Amino acid sequence: MKLEVKNLFKEFEKFVAVDNLNFVIPNNTTIGLLGPNGCGKTTTIGMMLGLIKPTRGKILVDEQNIDSIERTEYLSKINFASPYVELPKKLTVKQNLDVYGRLYGVKDLENRIKDIVHDLSLSKFVNKKTGELSSGQKNRVSLAKSLINKPKFLFLDEPTASLDPDIGDFVRQYIENYKNQNEVTILLASHNMDEVERLTDSIMMMKKGKIVDSGTSQTLIEKHGRNNLEETFLKIARSVK
Amino acid sequence: MRWHKIFGLCLRHIYLIKSSFPRILDLIYWPSIQIFLWGFISKFFTLSSSYYNNTVGIILTAAILYDFLFRSSISYNMMFLEEIWSRNFTNLFIAPLKISEIISALTLTAIFRTLIGTIPATLLAIPLFGVSIFKIGPPLIFLLLSLYIFGVTLGLLVTSGLLRFGPSFENIAWASLFFLAPLGCIYYPIEILPDWLQLIALILPLVHIFEEMRNILINDIINLTAIAVSFIISFIYFVLGVFIFYLAYYGAKNRGTLINIGE
Repeated sequence: MKLEVKNLFKEFEKFVAVDNLNFVIPNNTTIGLLGPNGCGKTTTIGMMLGLIKPTRGKILVDEQNIDSIERTEYLSKINFASPYVELPKKLTVKQNLDVYGRLYGVKDLENRIKDIVHDLSLSKFVNKKTGELSSGQKNRVSLAKSLINKPKFLFLDEPTASLDPDIGDFVRQYIENYKNQNEVTILLASHNMDEVERLTDSIMMMKKGKIVDSGTSQTLIEKHGRNNLEETFLKIARSVK
Repeated sequence: MRWHKIFGLCLRHIYLIKSSFPRILDLIYWPSIQIFLWGFISKFFTLSSSYYNNTVGIILTAAILYDFLFRSSISYNMMFLEEIWSRNFTNLFIAPLKISEIISALTLTAIFRTLIGTIPATLLAIPLFGVSIFKIGPPLIFLLLSLYIFGVTLGLLVTSGLLRFGPSFENIAWASLFFLAPLGCIYYPIEILPDWLQLIALILPLVHIFEEMRNILINDIINLTAIAVSFIISFIYFVLGVFIFYLAYYGAKNRGTLINIGE
């Protein structure tokens, strides 16, 4: 699924959160969205998820404006995972996957749950209440929910935040493998520069609601004359302009 | 509307209720306490004065019907609040669900929660006080349906407030029904109210429902017009409630509050 953003602008009262964004996320690519806190990443993702109405501008999905597509048709092809958005805590992992599988109209749901539980190593706690899990386990369950419908476009907001290095690596490896085995376009927002370098094909750097730079991690590092992506991020984030 | 999706969302709340015995107990506890309280109060009135003859039956029936209304409204609010408390709001609103499917699922599950609380209380009243709401006969179905539609409408209005103002609107959720209770003429006839308040009360379905309940129990006459009026008024409020919910939803999309409402 290709996603294109044209002149996207969002103003909250008199605060400009997203200022005239233009970018294309080609089909079957992973794009990183980087930027300091409050730069407009969440608002941008929110607009692409259909949760926030843009003040102006367009979001095109495979050349079609999302306003002209049936909302549920678009939403059935995408999904989202973030450690800041949780699943019902009192439901078990299996119940949550069951509910979301039904909401997404997943066919052969029982086998889909079995597969995803196996792939993400959730079997040890599949019958535990989601609220009783560690943050690492919750992140994996959140990822499982985001993949339940085999999305064509996946939004990942800091998918490995608060995970220990071992589990963080497991999740990154899983996303890499999943990407290799499935045709999926991914937008990854993260503050983990190693993760961004490892998983993305290209990066967009946001600051004060605008995209201030973009390219592969290597071209950005070279362009800004830094040693790694973290230093490049800091240079862009701290620059006055 | 796709029923399998509505069922999926209903299932989320059924799993929640099933998972916790204290939650089920809480649903049963309050209606039962209401029945005990009103049962004994009205029994005391009956014993103290002949004027209050048949009071137990009328007051207890009113208490059960009012509790049915209260539970349907609170159930609706509670299910919406559960999504906010569990920070599941974003997941719910990015799922491929139509707003009408969310409203339908909450409306259907609210009846399930309401009946868990009301059925034991209704059955308790029969051996304890010799009062059965089933004495109302077939009109009971229509009175309950009318109450249910109005209860869900109040739930819709409160959830619209939650969408508009965020979790801080939660206190209103609890108090919403108490605002209307005095005007509903639940335990007393409408003539008790001052003239100007009667005019306001008449535009609520509650007056028509509870007046008709008393009419059936005291005079043993069924006034189909009163039942139809209550039903029509409830339905008009329901349509208005749905409209306000949609307005609140699109307003929340504009303000960007759907993405962080649990925070």
